[in-house]
Amino acid sequence: MEFDNLTAGQIKSLIERGDASAVEICSHYIANVQREDPKIKAYLHTSFEKARQQAARIDELKKAGASLPRLAGLPMAIKDNILVKGLRSTCGSKILENFIALYNATVVEKLEAEGALFLGKANLDEFAMGSSTENSAFFPTRNPHGLEHVPGGSSGGSAAAVASHMTVAALGSDTGGSIRQPASLCGVVGLKPTYSRVSRYGLVAFGSSLDQIGPIARSVEDVARVLGVIAGKDPHDATSLDLPVPDYLTGIANSVQGVTIGLPKEYFGAGISPDVKDKLQAGLKLLEALGCRMAEIELPHTDFAIATYYVIAMAEASSNLARFDGVRYGLRVSGEGNLSGMYRETRDAGFGTEVKRRIVLGTFVLSSGYYDAYYLKAQKVRTLIKQDFEKAFQKVDFIISPTSPTTAFRIGEKSSDPLAMYLSDIFTITANLVGVPGISIPCGKTPAGLPVGMQILGKHFDEQRMLNLAYAFEQAGGFDL
Amino acid sequence: MKIGNAEVEYVAKLANLAITEEEKKMFIGQLNSILEYVEQLNSLDTENVEPTAQVVHTQEQNFSLRQDEPCVTFSQEESLGNGPAVAAGYFKVPKVIAER
Repeated sequence: MEFDNLTAGQIKSLIERGDASAVEICSHYIANVQREDPKIKAYLHTSFEKARQQAARIDELKKAGASLPRLAGLPMAIKDNILVKGLRSTCGSKILENFIALYNATVVEKLEAEGALFLGKANLDEFAMGSSTENSAFFPTRNPHGLEHVPGGSSGGSAAAVASHMTVAALGSDTGGSIRQPASLCGVVGLKPTYSRVSRYGLVAFGSSLDQIGPIARSVEDVARVLGVIAGKDPHDATSLDLPVPDYLTGIANSVQGVTIGLPKEYFGAGISPDVKDKLQAGLKLLEALGCRMAEIELPHTDFAIATYYVIAMAEASSNLARFDGVRYGLRVSGEGNLSGMYRETRDAGFGTEVKRRIVLGTFVLSSGYYDAYYLKAQKVRTLIKQDFEKAFQKVDFIISPTSPTTAFRIGEKSSDPLAMYLSDIFTITANLVGVPGISIPCGKTPAGLPVGMQILGKHFDEQRMLNLAYAFEQAGGFDL
Repeated sequence: MKIGNAEVEYVAKLANLAITEEEKKMFIGQLNSILEYVEQLNSLDTENVEPTAQVVHTQEQNFSLRQDEPCVTFSQEESLGNGPAVAAGYFKVPKVIAER
């Protein structure tokens, strides 16, 4: 228990002072996984041996009197669409059930170099397509705050592992809210960085103009610390930008007096459940008490965001998933003895229903005769949505909304109606379309005990001030409203 | 109805996807309701709007070019290691050219 609520900074200090060893901390979290995961099912597969070896290296450094790296002894879970060399990387899909990663994702390489311990690979909706982790080909993950409820998705395993103390921090990926929404539903902190802030090399691609990798943890400070390690230019990812990476902890405790917060009137209409609205209002009051100014803003193209997002995301997914053909890796089903039969049978047996649905729709909107009407149209509306945000950010520093219009729904509740599932992504998808950073932070619990999340969106590359605001909210007790 | 039997079959063929009769029926209903929802984009006038393919980067910010220098990546053994059917240093696939 004594190690359960440690932050990354505290873990490093404990090891530095000799009050605990990295191996002890590692063993504690392994025991937590062994005790909790049979109920929660957050991990697709564990890598305890690797974690123990990583911990032993930290203890050797300490013994040798060397200075410890930034994330020394930090237990982490890695979403299973991010490659860790030598470990299976299934993406929650049968088609990659036995795929072993040949190399480390750049983010994984950086985390390992800074002393993190990898406990295992976290469950997800197949290829990150979903908002509930029910689309995992292997098993659904359960919400630690209510086992009959979904943890959100697609990074549901990562968020549930953090919330149930089966790790201190985790990596997720966010194409339309897949870090922020599960963080919200599980009562933890999740950050999607600005598009191009973090390298995607070694992330299995879903929507290439939307995807970002980001951290999930129980405190704003830990999220800031992990982001500082994974951010930056990578020669292996041509979309990553060469901008300096600030120390995100510097100034995190600054006053937020005078910060202007935009509340989009389109977001606060119907559709938000009353108990989410109550908590969010209380959260906004708290920010006002801290000296923030509230301003109503307009994002007039909000109603078109979901349609725009799904056309673009499905089109990109259908292209990215063309590589899974049973030739170089993954599943193969022989078909009728010819090559195209093998492709078709392999993809039929390997992909789940949601993935097939998106490939079919994505292929349709890209096909001859429909490209202009759907894909090009969506890209144009994307421009209008981007302009909405540019205008809004001339007036305000941040935009705040609930992360999700409802708390965690029950397992099975929405799985038969894909459109209903897509509609619940309304507040998160715009950040991906526009490329701005967003963070979801806890904002109390409903009377039923389910967490509510507050989303803060910032300007491009303004993560530092966004973390400052989130930290002020956390320190003022906002997480427990 | 934007999508019927023929469209789903055609698109599935383009995507190299075998789908069952049951899936086909389900997809036709679901895809039509999704496309109907997407129709609302047509109420917007985008005549003079440039499409956005990606955000953040501008052309001036193109840092992605680098020298093309050879380097060691993976051995043949590693590269073939995940292959479902491998022989003599190659990935094996079913016959591509039909016999006469």
